[in-house]
Amino acid sequence: MKDAGYCSWGRLCARDQQVRPLRWTPAALEPEGRPLLGRGLGRSYGDVCLNDGGVLLDCAGLDRFLDYDPERGRLRVEAGVSLAAILERVVPDGWFLPVTPGTRFVTVAGAVANDVHGKNHHRAGTFGRHVRALGLLRSDRGALTCSAEDNPDLFRATVGGLGLTGLVTWVELQLKAVPGPAVEVEAVPFASLDEFLALSRESDGRWEYTVAWIDALGRGPRAGRGVFFRGNHVEGEAPAPRAGTRLAVPPGTPGWLLGPAAVRLFNALYHRRQAARRRRRVHYLPFFYPLDGIRHWNRLYGRRGFFQFQCVVPEDAAVAVLGGILERAAAAGQGSFLSVLKVFGDVPSPGLLSFPRPGVTLALDFPNRGERTRALLRGFEDRVREAGGALYPAKDALMSPAAFQAFFPRWRELAALADPAFSSGFWRRVTEVAA
Amino acid sequence: MSRRVVILGATSAIAEQVARRFAAAGDRLYLLARNGERLEAVARDLGIRGAAAVHHAAAPLDQVERHRALLDAAWDALGGVDILLVAWGTLPDQRRCEADVDETLRQLHVNAGAVIALLTDAANRFAAQGHGTLAAISSVAGDRGRQSNYVYGTAKGALSVFLQGLRNRLHRHGVRVVTIKPGFVDTPMTAAFPKGPLWASPERVGRAIHRALLGGPDVVYVPWFWRWIMLVIRLIPEPVFKRMKL
Repeated sequence: MKDAGYCSWGRLCARDQQVRPLRWTPAALEPEGRPLLGRGLGRSYGDVCLNDGGVLLDCAGLDRFLDYDPERGRLRVEAGVSLAAILERVVPDGWFLPVTPGTRFVTVAGAVANDVHGKNHHRAGTFGRHVRALGLLRSDRGALTCSAEDNPDLFRATVGGLGLTGLVTWVELQLKAVPGPAVEVEAVPFASLDEFLALSRESDGRWEYTVAWIDALGRGPRAGRGVFFRGNHVEGEAPAPRAGTRLAVPPGTPGWLLGPAAVRLFNALYHRRQAARRRRRVHYLPFFYPLDGIRHWNRLYGRRGFFQFQCVVPEDAAVAVLGGILERAAAAGQGSFLSVLKVFGDVPSPGLLSFPRPGVTLALDFPNRGERTRALLRGFEDRVREAGGALYPAKDALMSPAAFQAFFPRWRELAALADPAFSSGFWRRVTEVAA
Repeated sequence: MSRRVVILGATSAIAEQVARRFAAAGDRLYLLARNGERLEAVARDLGIRGAAAVHHAAAPLDQVERHRALLDAAWDALGGVDILLVAWGTLPDQRRCEADVDETLRQLHVNAGAVIALLTDAANRFAAQGHGTLAAISSVAGDRGRQSNYVYGTAKGALSVFLQGLRNRLHRHGVRVVTIKPGFVDTPMTAAFPKGPLWASPERVGRAIHRALLGGPDVVYVPWFWRWIMLVIRLIPEPVFKRMKL
């Protein structure tokens, strides 16, 4: 049994947590008095991937391809196969992930459990919409196949179900056909949130991928400035980034490196570089996964780690609420290194607890400065709740039980379908008060 | 031209990573391991990852009397063999071995005797065909006996010396013999150990082994830094070493 290294991406760690690495799909799960939780690559930021007082079933070793139909783009893989491994295999055949988050170093089961979204949410919806079927191993019912037809209630509960319905053992995906590895990208600077929304409206019909970076430290006339990126898969070659030259952030990197001064400098440089509208063709890797090029980038926040804050609010409230949050963060001097905006579409999410819903989503990260940061984020939570929005469990470490239950009113349905032997740090934190 | 590769103990975490490299290069594989169900899963995965062919056969590899038939089948299926890797092994419970000599002898058989038997048969085939690479996974544990795992170390030490002699013998036949000495690898075999910075992932170790099988030095430490760690460990004088808790 071991624990070291099984913290979350935001560097939150669990107490008294055992880890069991799996290399072969178990035939059965025995309840053992301590709650179980499947674990992928640990890219969730808070405690959905932690199980204090419980057992983590480490699925990274369940990483075999099970079936692949290159004619129809159907792929069945074990739970721990990473999106990176899938892309490496299928892109040369003209296939691509139907939906991908901002890192490819997540497992397919993790992508299902958090029902992740990407820059094409306005077209494709969430990851779970492209899952044809999945294998679920339950402590009480054994191995089950779940899909829209088989065990549909468990399927809806497992997609976005935060790993609580049992151990996902395999996933079958419908891939998306692409002309090749190249993406045509256009970067358009904007000066305000209103301009951002107008750009989104104008672009979402013609561009498969849209997302914006925003300068979270901009105040006064600079408030709300940013760069809008839109992209489409295109034919032709694009040079792949050189392998083996990935930078890595060493352990023990001090957190002050990302202090406000450094963030301000970064943002100013970044904005200047992107200030002119331009169109170019790039390889899909830097377009979708800019941060995957820096291993352990989370160490840039130092030993105390950081909090991610990702919310979605209805579009008519977006300018007021998100503008208010950005202003408050800038005033508090709590600079966010990476601040991302995206308009979600109205494609329904398939899971009981899926986070994406129509509206505008904003993701910020905050170095952990203790109570000061917590208080700031509690204030943001209230604003989001008043606006009828929601926070993203995969990125959360602080959400209050009352807020969670307001954001995800169907949580009791998930509780009823959860495997009695499974739980997580997150789940206990947000449900135990009202339960 | 795709390579013809035989891997014995193909369901081990390290062997599987090595096999994935060959598969991605479109090579032809023949896999052997004890557990047929696991072998089937590994073989299927390697086929999807790009192997031009994946044959497999389940067999208890420590049964020496079956070696000839197993190797015959592999040679027939691939029409000759370019690379053969022995990757099976167990990590004995040192304490148990100290109290139970039958267990000690059994562990020496699995990790040394049976491996040497298989290599002896394979070596004659390679010598006859006049080319190829014969390799086995030994261990840094074989470089010096330590109280914490000297039964394992004895087996791996014997294997390393055997490979050294075999290399010397087969050189004039144009056959390469490779000794692979992994350090700490984070696999199910070592799941009970606390991990530190010296531990490497099976993926990293598999990549290094794959590279070593294609060329370069005949004795490889993986990761590379173990060469220097073991150099220091071997240099400690015995009167000092025997007092150390290692």
